[in-house]
Amino acid sequence: MSETSPLVCPVGSGPMPGKLYAVGAEFANPKELYAAAEKVRDRGYRWWDCYTPYYIHGLDKAMGLPKSWVGLFTFAGGLIGLTGGFLLITVTSVYVYPHDTQGKPYFSLPAFVPILDLLMIILSAIMSIVGMATLCMLPRLHHPLWEWDAFTRATHDKFFIVIEADDPNFNEKSVIDLLREIGGTNLTLIGDEE
Amino acid sequence: MRYFTPSTRPAPPRYDLLAKHEEEEIERAHQENIREPYVTHNRDAVWVGDRIASVIENPTPLWWYIAVAIAGGVASLTGLGILYLITTGVGVWGENKSANWAWDITNFVFWIGIGHAGTMIAAILYLTRQKWASGINRAAEAMTVFAVMCAGIYPGVHIGRVWFAWFLAPIPNGNAIWPNFRSPLLWDVFAVSTYLSVSIMFWYVGLIPDAAAMRDRIKNKILKYFYAILCLGWRGSARQWVNYEFCYLMLAGIATLLVITTCTVVSSDFSTSVVPGWHGTIFLPYFGVGAIYGGFCMLITLLVPLRELYKLRDIITLRHIDMCCRFVLLMALLISYIYLMEFFVAYVGGSPNERFTFYQDRIFGPYATTWYCMILFNSVIPMLFWSKKIRRNPWLAFGIVIFPSIGMWLERFVIIVSSVHRDFLPSSWGMFYPTYVDVLTFTGTLGVFFLMYLLFIRFLPMIAIAEVRSVLPEASPHAPPTVINNGTEPGGHHV
Repeated sequence: MSETSPLVCPVGSGPMPGKLYAVGAEFANPKELYAAAEKVRDRGYRWWDCYTPYYIHGLDKAMGLPKSWVGLFTFAGGLIGLTGGFLLITVTSVYVYPHDTQGKPYFSLPAFVPILDLLMIILSAIMSIVGMATLCMLPRLHHPLWEWDAFTRATHDKFFIVIEADDPNFNEKSVIDLLREIGGTNLTLIGDEE
Repeated sequence: MRYFTPSTRPAPPRYDLLAKHEEEEIERAHQENIREPYVTHNRDAVWVGDRIASVIENPTPLWWYIAVAIAGGVASLTGLGILYLITTGVGVWGENKSANWAWDITNFVFWIGIGHAGTMIAAILYLTRQKWASGINRAAEAMTVFAVMCAGIYPGVHIGRVWFAWFLAPIPNGNAIWPNFRSPLLWDVFAVSTYLSVSIMFWYVGLIPDAAAMRDRIKNKILKYFYAILCLGWRGSARQWVNYEFCYLMLAGIATLLVITTCTVVSSDFSTSVVPGWHGTIFLPYFGVGAIYGGFCMLITLLVPLRELYKLRDIITLRHIDMCCRFVLLMALLISYIYLMEFFVAYVGGSPNERFTFYQDRIFGPYATTWYCMILFNSVIPMLFWSKKIRRNPWLAFGIVIFPSIGMWLERFVIIVSSVHRDFLPSSWGMFYPTYVDVLTFTGTLGVFFLMYLLFIRFLPMIAIAEVRSVLPEASPHAPPTVINNGTEPGGHHV
């Protein structure tokens, strides 16, 4: 990422070669980003995002994002683990390989609880991560934003707002005006390969 | 809540002066009657990232190579010990017909216990919103993962014919035999494997944003690919952060449930039997408390040298050491209560065998020395932590926690060997003496643990960069006026 990519050009330095992916702007601190995000939200944009080096408390509200759905995945994982484990233990201990241990009944639920619990835990943990990766659209090998040199600082000390061209309200000029108005610097057009 | 903000912003002090400045900062926080800062010296987010990443980016220090050579050499003892065990048979260990369980299970419980404190810090303190824990949770979780790996060695090899270890898994084998799901030993297999897997997952999810930060800054080509793959293509978008934080919250809840389940299951290995000294309902909290106790001791042992060697005193502050020492003190009190309660229950329980185990064998029997050392190390010496001066003196704390670390190992030895070596039938009484294979295999696991820990601090950010940054005052979009732009902007809180 050392040399400037042909897919990225600062606003005002000429026309964007190729297909436009988004317009990005840089902000100096969480406070400015927060105020700017509220304004972008109020303009009714939907295909846009803020990029921050760390989680900023309340930014999801400033952006108008709904609550995360990861919990549903966790619950589903727990349910799969519990029912799957119950079937595994019951079928093998009662039907497939009934085994008399110290006169305990074949179906001895209290003694099955620890393994049911552990299977529920492991499946819900796996599903939480699967859910998180799915909802974050990870893993991802490439992203148009990575062509932008300044964007490497999104994990370090800078904060970005990126409004994508796919947004129904997207109009290059009005988006650039908005980003300038809310205090963005280093406005850049980011292209995407066809 | 009031933030700690210095009245002036002095230039960052030189490091040789740091210890003095640190004390002044803390002293002033007390005078102003507000909380100490999570990161001292008013360090900003950029400094935090640079300092933590510098551990990986700077040239490897010489002491690291020496430490790896020593740890690797010691670790090879475990390899040789296990090789000898497998090729010869379990007779190379000191176990016999009276003490069927001895050194191997002691070491297993010792290591699994150390793991529990890491989960305790990372998950339970996260759920209870103890933000100070963000400075040490990565190091603690790494400790969990490596300690559980060391623990896992023992159940893997102690079964005698290790090539049949896969019979423990719930898969049909050649004889159509399925495992007995009512057995605590099978619960143990599930508990340890689940604990290891979930600890790794929890640790890994915490690493994702930091791996992305390392990907964006590291110069080394190979490491760049390594972090790029590790971070899965993380971009730090707000939409990702929302899901990520929720996932982390879910995993913290799951890990909390799991840590309780695991120490319960490990204690059930003993408490579901009828052996006097094992057959007690108190074993469930007993093992939980003991685990967290031993783990916090090990954590202090790791953190104190690391904060000095890598100049991380502003992130792993005296307050962190103080908090860990307070946990050690709390656990010392709880475990002392449990020691007393065991004797009390043996007295009121009325079982002559139980009374014999506690009132004669433990305190006057052949293993009495271990019991007295255990009481001295676990219940008496940690009482020094009542003094704030001692808690705030890292190297003194480092010296003190070595005793409960040994004491916790002795506790497991007392529970296991001194219970089982004299049970109901005097004709089957006997003694357990460890062989040199026992001793070297255990010494080797210490090498395995420290070797993995050294590799971890060298190649992965040992402190959660993104999490520490997010607890800085400047990270709040509603930071008070002094934090942003040197106090020129008005602050406030959102409604």
